[in-house]
Amino acid sequence: MARLVPATPGAVPVGLPERTARFAYRLLWGFAHIFSILALAAAWEILARSGTFTPFQLPALSAVLERIWSDATYGDLWINTGLTLYRALVAFAICAVLGVLIGMAMSRNVIANWFFDPIVSVGFPMPKIAFLPVVILWLGVYDVSKITIIVIDAIFPVIAATVIAIQGVERELIWSARNMGANNRELLYQIILPAASPQIMTGLQVALPLSLIVAVVAEMLMGGYGLGGAMITASRFANSTSVFAGILEIAVVGYVLVKVMSLIRRRVLIWHQEAHAPSTA
Amino acid sequence: MKQFLTRYFPLLLLAIAWEVVARLELVSTTALPPLSDVISAGIAMVKDGELISNGASSLYRAGAGLTLAILIGGTIGIAMAWWKPVNVLVAPLVEIFYPLPKSALIPVTVIWLGFGDGSKILLIFLGCMLPVTIGAFNGARSSEQVLVWSARSMGASRLRMLWDVVVPSAMPELLNGIRTALALSFILLVSSELIVAQKGFGHLIGSLGANGSYDAMYAVVLTVAFLGFAADRLYLLITKRTLAWRD
Repeated sequence: MARLVPATPGAVPVGLPERTARFAYRLLWGFAHIFSILALAAAWEILARSGTFTPFQLPALSAVLERIWSDATYGDLWINTGLTLYRALVAFAICAVLGVLIGMAMSRNVIANWFFDPIVSVGFPMPKIAFLPVVILWLGVYDVSKITIIVIDAIFPVIAATVIAIQGVERELIWSARNMGANNRELLYQIILPAASPQIMTGLQVALPLSLIVAVVAEMLMGGYGLGGAMITASRFANSTSVFAGILEIAVVGYVLVKVMSLIRRRVLIWHQEAHAPSTA
Repeated sequence: MKQFLTRYFPLLLLAIAWEVVARLELVSTTALPPLSDVISAGIAMVKDGELISNGASSLYRAGAGLTLAILIGGTIGIAMAWWKPVNVLVAPLVEIFYPLPKSALIPVTVIWLGFGDGSKILLIFLGCMLPVTIGAFNGARSSEQVLVWSARSMGASRLRMLWDVVVPSAMPELLNGIRTALALSFILLVSSELIVAQKGFGHLIGSLGANGSYDAMYAVVLTVAFLGFAADRLYLLITKRTLAWRD
């Protein structure tokens, strides 16, 4: 049973052979890590060139990469990526600030809790993207409506995570702080928020990919510039190479955002025990 | 019942505020038709069958995509935790595809399968599979070694162990992953239908909006929102039953 084998190699005599062995092991491991990605890319290229599918159904990977390269040299890629990122990140920032504030208000203020609790518990599981046409009706098809629909969608995980995190702060921590004479403000900023921050971060980590998903949908529906808009324009002109190029571009953007977010998490929560736990990713 | 009313009273207040604001014409009635008009438009659409036939095709797409995602995604996740080689091969793929905003796949599924049911089912399947896989993987991986060892020492075969120990202990996280997938399936369903479809809730919202019959459009939007909410609550109810053996 493979899972019972210890993850780290046991004690081996010190010396050059052991180091080379370890190097070879790491090389092999690194190769295993990218092997399936390379295999997938190769399969794509071979399948596309074999003529099983028409170039419309599956353009070759090389053609798609070429298209991305030409998008990059003409500058379209940077404009589209920049606009999509701008919309997603502005909305994400609004969600982060507003969501944490509402969550804090809900856990400290009875009236805020009375008002927001049913809205959050009903609104969280709703497919809020259905309100997109309503938002367009109200705010038009420009950035304001795109950012608004993203905020409507991505703010709920942040609020819910904040409320649950603050509820979950250990009573002992609060009691000791009170005992040592902390006032409400100190209690909030020095005890409750830091203790709640891991779970709040988790909420933000849910909200970030969600804002990108919604940004792409909003752009697809409203057209214009942006990665989603470019893709939908390409698909209207049956330009499937550009559609696939769009997927790769959005995939890279999503991957980088998620990675950056987990790096930020490690940095911000460096004091927390989870930073020293082995990564589970 | 009384508790329910006091808890959800703020929603009632919002509904009343909506009606009042619209009736007093504080905002234009095209942008915000009165709630009562919306409800009667909704009832009319139920009566002439438009809402039900579109709803049925939407729910069929979401159900089929989600079922496929749960079956295949769950199997892959448990296999990843159980056989190391599967993990080595599949984990990098999961890692690069997980952060991909799934809505980006909408145009591709259309290129592959056209405007009908197939493209939506494929999209929902692809989008919902990874949360289920990751839930199943994390759950199965965290199954207690003590349980695995004792099952082994009592002579359970590998397959029995998989079925009797690993799958049940993967259950809580797997069910959590499915809940994420359920919410995601509604998002993907509505957005793909809004962008390209010939029937379904999203298509109905889009065409009603284009015709300017905004009260009916609001009715469909509220129906979809309510269905998403109801599905989540129903799911929670079922999982609570299923997990009754825990603690």
